Amino acid sequence: MNEYAKQKRKEKIKFGIVSVISLCLFFTIWYVCTAVLHLKPDYILPSPVQVVEAFIDKLTRTAPDGATIFGHIAASLQVALTGYLLGALVGVPLGVAMAWFRRVDMFVTPLFDLIRPVPTIAWIPLMILWFGIGLGAKAAIIFVSAFVPCVINAYAGIKQTKPVHLWVAQTFGASRKEMLFTVAIPTALPLIFTGLRISLGTAWMTLCAAEMLASNKGLGYMIQVNRSLARADLIVVAMLTIGLIGTIFTVGLNALERKFVKGGRRG
Amino acid sequence: MSDEIKVKVSHMTKKFGDLLVLNDISFDVKTGEFLCVVGPTGCGKTTFLNCLTKLKAYELTGGEILINGEPVDLQKHNIAYIFQEYSSFPWATVEENIAYGLKVKKRPPEEIKERVEEMLQLVGLTEYRSYYPGQLSASMLQRVSIARAFAVQPELLLMDEPYGQMDNSLRYKLEDELIQLWQRTGTTVIFITHNIEEAVYLSQRILVLTNKPTSIKKEIDNNLPRPRDVTDPAFNQLRDEVTDLIKWW
Ligand SMILES: Nc1ncnc2c1ncn2[C@@H]1O[C@H](COP(=O)(O)OP(=O)(O)OP(=O)(O)O)[C@@H](O)[C@H]1O
Ligand SMILES: [Mg+2]
Repeated sequence: MNEYAKQKRKEKIKFGIVSVISLCLFFTIWYVCTAVLHLKPDYILPSPVQVVEAFIDKLTRTAPDGATIFGHIAASLQVALTGYLLGALVGVPLGVAMAWFRRVDMFVTPLFDLIRPVPTIAWIPLMILWFGIGLGAKAAIIFVSAFVPCVINAYAGIKQTKPVHLWVAQTFGASRKEMLFTVAIPTALPLIFTGLRISLGTAWMTLCAAEMLASNKGLGYMIQVNRSLARADLIVVAMLTIGLIGTIFTVGLNALERKFVKGGRRG
Repeated sequence: MSDEIKVKVSHMTKKFGDLLVLNDISFDVKTGEFLCVVGPTGCGKTTFLNCLTKLKAYELTGGEILINGEPVDLQKHNIAYIFQEYSSFPWATVEENIAYGLKVKKRPPEEIKERVEEMLQLVGLTEYRSYYPGQLSASMLQRVSIARAFAVQPELLLMDEPYGQMDNSLRYKLEDELIQLWQRTGTTVIFITHNIEEAVYLSQRILVLTNKPTSIKKEIDNNLPRPRDVTDPAFNQLRDEVTDLIKWW
């Protein structure tokens, strides 16, 4: 290993240590404020210990919100992944097509610009009217929320293609299709991944909003029900679970990005 | 060099809107010839190469350019173009960059492998084969472009001030590499520069262009023996001759 690599490794370890310290500090302060100082009653602000207990309890118990934590996670994941994957599957190719084909750009962009500023939660009522409160409506809302960043970033990514890179391909005799697949898409890949990451975030956030409004299972639903039951411990359990799953997704997507996006993010 | 004509430029005219850049220019390039084109900045040297390769927005306003007596067809004619700006693909390794043209031309994998190997050695980048352009120095980047171009064994090689941004010692080295490659492969080269010494060092013939609207000021044959020596009186005489021609650019 050379000096430079060593240096980088050191930086990474340092970063890791500071991150752990920061998390520990957070939980300690939380613990002190609740279990030691009792600043607020337990049903408003539970201590971390209570939250862990509630979590362990929730692994097997369905009361009071109708499902174990796994049941809620499974329900949420099903909705989120269905909507997200559909959004990515439609959004990325559409963004690429809009940026690459002038006709598609002219035809679709005005429509897209009209839809884009509409906040995702504004779609919820309409989707519920159309699809009820089952998987369909929520997946459709997630779809909208995931779709938009995918389109925008894929579009911007393709537009970043340097003319000279296309010219290299063209002078070697590449067809338009080859230019798209061997030059434009590789150029766009970092931004496509940015889009996938952003839309994963918005999809996961929108999921909770959708489940809080219309659902009978899922992490968002769990928060909603436990609010009316004044079970702050279970609310916090659901919130931390949402945070944790979101983090796992991001880490997974980053790993995928490292595998596919080569040569760094420079132009 | 044979007497066959590789590139025939007749009455080449290019306007951008009202701006007349190339004004009715005609000349031939023979097969295997090393032609240098010198001209003031902005006179349309890059425009000429872009028109030749029919890039977007560079359709000729008038005249025509023929290769082997036919209109240019990038799928059919084996052309490689080394651009004035950096053009290696940042998402691909040195190896992958060099292989790119061969892949587009659908050469068999064994041939690609073999030629990439050969090119890596020729430009001295074997150790850097799996590096990405972001990790290379300017001269290495330029060598990647050169290797990518030579890899396809082009019948016509276009080079647009490839060494423009480099310091002299590096330029000399790359120029010598280029001459060796050219002598080995016998490809036809059109080399654009505004460095007169470079033109005299490399070329068999020098095309001196005027200011916009651009026409040919003079064509000069360069029969100096190789390897050339920049301190040789004959070399200096030719350099001064070209310099005089363009004194009042
Ligand atoms: N795509 C274009 N659209 C409009 N004008 C252009 C275009 N390309 C080149 N020009 C104009 O044509 C003229 C010649 O440009 P060109 O780049 O060919 O010059 P050059 O001789 O290569 O200059 P340099 O030595 O600086 O590279 C310039 O005035 C430039 O502004
Ligand atoms: Mg130029």
